[in-house]
Amino acid sequence: MSAKSASDLHQVSDRLAHNALRNVNERLIELVLFAAAAVSVLTTVGIVYVLVSESIHFFQNVSIVDFLTDNQWTPLFDDAHYGIMVLISGTLVSSGVALAVAIPMGTIIAIYLSEFANPKVREVAKPVLELLGGIPTIVFGYFALLIVTPLLQKIFPELPGFSLLSAGLVMGIMIVPYIASLSEDAMRAVPMSMREGSYAMGATKLYTAIHVVVPAAVSGLAASYILGISRAVGETMILAVAAGMQPNLTWNPMEPAATITSYIVQVALGDLPHGSIGYQTIFAAGLTLLLITLVFNIIGQWLRRRYREAY
Amino acid sequence: MQTHDSPQLKAEARDFNFFYGQAQALKKINMPIYDKKVTALIGPSGCGKSTYLRSFNRMHDLYPGNRYEGEIRFYPDNTNLLSPEVDPIEVRMRVGMVFQKPNPFPKTIYENVAYGLRVRGENNKRVLDEKVENALRGAAIWEEVKDRLQDLAPNLSGGQQQRLCIARALATDPELLLFDEPTSALDPIATGAIEELVHELKKRVTILIVTHNMQQAARVSDYTAYMYLGEMVEFGKTDEIFIKPKDKRTEDYITGRMG
Amino acid sequence: MQPMTTEQIRALIARGKLKDTLFQAIGILCLGIGLLVIFLLVGDMLMRGMERLNIEFFTEFASRRASQSGILSAWVGTLLVMLVTAAAAVPLGVAAGIYLEEYAKRNWVTDIIEINITNLAAVPSIVYGLLALGIFVYTFGFGQSILSAGLTLALLILPIVIVATREAIRSIPAMIREGSMAVGATRWQTCRYHIIPYAMPGILTGVIIGLARAIGETAPIITIGALTFIAFLPPAPFAPTGMDGATAGMFDWVMSPFTVMPIQIFNWTSRPDPAFEVNAAAAGFVLMGMVLSMNAVAIWLRYRMRKNIKW
Repeated sequence: MSAKSASDLHQVSDRLAHNALRNVNERLIELVLFAAAAVSVLTTVGIVYVLVSESIHFFQNVSIVDFLTDNQWTPLFDDAHYGIMVLISGTLVSSGVALAVAIPMGTIIAIYLSEFANPKVREVAKPVLELLGGIPTIVFGYFALLIVTPLLQKIFPELPGFSLLSAGLVMGIMIVPYIASLSEDAMRAVPMSMREGSYAMGATKLYTAIHVVVPAAVSGLAASYILGISRAVGETMILAVAAGMQPNLTWNPMEPAATITSYIVQVALGDLPHGSIGYQTIFAAGLTLLLITLVFNIIGQWLRRRYREAY
Repeated sequence: MQTHDSPQLKAEARDFNFFYGQAQALKKINMPIYDKKVTALIGPSGCGKSTYLRSFNRMHDLYPGNRYEGEIRFYPDNTNLLSPEVDPIEVRMRVGMVFQKPNPFPKTIYENVAYGLRVRGENNKRVLDEKVENALRGAAIWEEVKDRLQDLAPNLSGGQQQRLCIARALATDPELLLFDEPTSALDPIATGAIEELVHELKKRVTILIVTHNMQQAARVSDYTAYMYLGEMVEFGKTDEIFIKPKDKRTEDYITGRMG
Repeated sequence: MQPMTTEQIRALIARGKLKDTLFQAIGILCLGIGLLVIFLLVGDMLMRGMERLNIEFFTEFASRRASQSGILSAWVGTLLVMLVTAAAAVPLGVAAGIYLEEYAKRNWVTDIIEINITNLAAVPSIVYGLLALGIFVYTFGFGQSILSAGLTLALLILPIVIVATREAIRSIPAMIREGSMAVGATRWQTCRYHIIPYAMPGILTGVIIGLARAIGETAPIITIGALTFIAFLPPAPFAPTGMDGATAGMFDWVMSPFTVMPIQIFNWTSRPDPAFEVNAAAAGFVLMGMVLSMNAVAIWLRYRMRKNIKW
């Protein structure tokens, strides 16, 4: 590009200036987009900051040892006790019931859809599962309190109106779609050649599914179970509605009890002054919940990475 | 009445047609498979040799829309393998298969080989140990793995995995062993090992092998069938086919003028 | 071991096939349970709530008398909160998705952002409520308002929008991008005139799915302090009585106290008075209807997209 006259020079410098402006523009836009992406990091930072800072205030008044070992949770009484195990027991029992339902049912559905079902059945099953997974949890709470509990009481007359059992069962149904669809994905990723190898040896579909497909997909299955555990532990409304919100250190699902999550709701429904120790308890409880969920998520991600390496 | 030097028949295709849905993939195949001999199927891509091979163990039944016409007779009991009254699983218990890409199960070496036996309900440890060793020896891989039978099979090299798959197929004493381009995914040294193995194995079991490599067919087989566009163009002793083919199409393929 | 006789083989095969059939029955049974739950739930809500499902239900405020208690505040609140949620989540999520797909280099910064997004998707929703309580309600001073709720839900569904955007962008063939760059367009121009338009259906689908999820969220909104008994509407723009008694500005409604559909349902379900069960059922039915129709629109969009791709 050679300048043959003054007007050419103008054009060149115009073009250069235009390019420079374009570059500045581009960098600005990139910065804005980056800021949007960074919001996710800010969110995590925010969560950690809020939970940790309020918990620090809390632990200035309550020893960690008491927090972890006390067997009563009565933060709003005059004789206040802050034993988180009470809430954890409710969380564990309800999650246990939920997973006892969701893992077998979800896995069976996944195997059935992946190895047995013909396309027409799958066309019906997939929307049903998606629908189930899209029902708002408050509606599931309604289901648990007003439909499942009376039904259960016909079988177990001594079952109280609020119980971890009722809530746990419905939680399980809620989690089934997650486990079923992730497990099914994992199984469909197993190459057909592996199944053919098994069929060629005279094995039946079920034998092949159990002895070849499931072992090959095991990391993916485990990752889906971990996700289910995470959902169960973090679930709030079904428990708030159907399990009663009375803190109760128990391992018996036929009793009402509060979980970490339903306790936070209970406090939020009430009127606790900002900065009071009662207010701080929900952050301490929230931090505990977050740590539990984080541990499971890390395990789940590690498993998912292992599963991707298999093929 | 068959004399001593004329070979026995293990299987025979009679007017065998095969359809993928509406499309006809195999046209009126008539072909013998001789007992304890190696028969090779050669031909250009798409000629139907894999389709034909996979009919012997009813693999096509796994996918909807396929249809068999005609018969594949299996001896000594003269059963029609393709009959709808014969359960595919029953066929697969008598006919074994080795695939193009080695497909060991995500299990230990031992459990891979024992798989077919367990499917048949055999769980006695002593019996399994003996048969697994037998099969691994038969696949010429025993020495390499005998000290690590509890290692996971997918950790073996490609050539070793394929020999493991051969052992797996051998463990159940099949009457016919199908090889679907068994060396196309392997390097030349592993290929050589498998070819030698096939030569040894024919003492134990009848072999039908599909290969796109003519030289391999010439090296390894006793009988060769040339297929083209779903038809059995020519069948005969390997020496005769390669030296003096009767059909011009066979000659064109073998001399490289086509395919 | 003797080689098996034909009879033995046939018996073995018959047993195997029986197990196959049994398993298929169990698989269908499990799917049937899922279907049953949906029917039971929807059927119950319809039957129980039938008498309250009329126009008045939608135009009445909540009241102590069940038969006069309607969802006016609730559905208006839901609408307004969704407005804020969408206004926040869509630009943020799409921008973040574009950045990650078109601009980000493979370095540790990008890794951190991506890890954060994956982690946030698995954080229990009530933790978002705690974050909002600490930061939006108090630190930023937005108070217990529609703004806080909308922002919280936006953060909650951000991962959904980001993932949908990324997948939509990823499905665009490189050819389009290269064609645009080849004529000298900058990265942003390529994005603006080519990538975003092509990705729009996929992005839209993701946004609708995210909003359908947000509509049903209860826990974070309770935690912020949405009131469960509201008998008024947020001030309309320029209405004579705003929050402080004077004329309302354009955006006074954003800072107003409020309630949403799930919380109204929660309130009615928690009342011991069985007359309110009817209201809860009716409201639950309406909420399900909202969620279902949004999901249906998303599915329809996805279906249209698959048919219409003409690269």
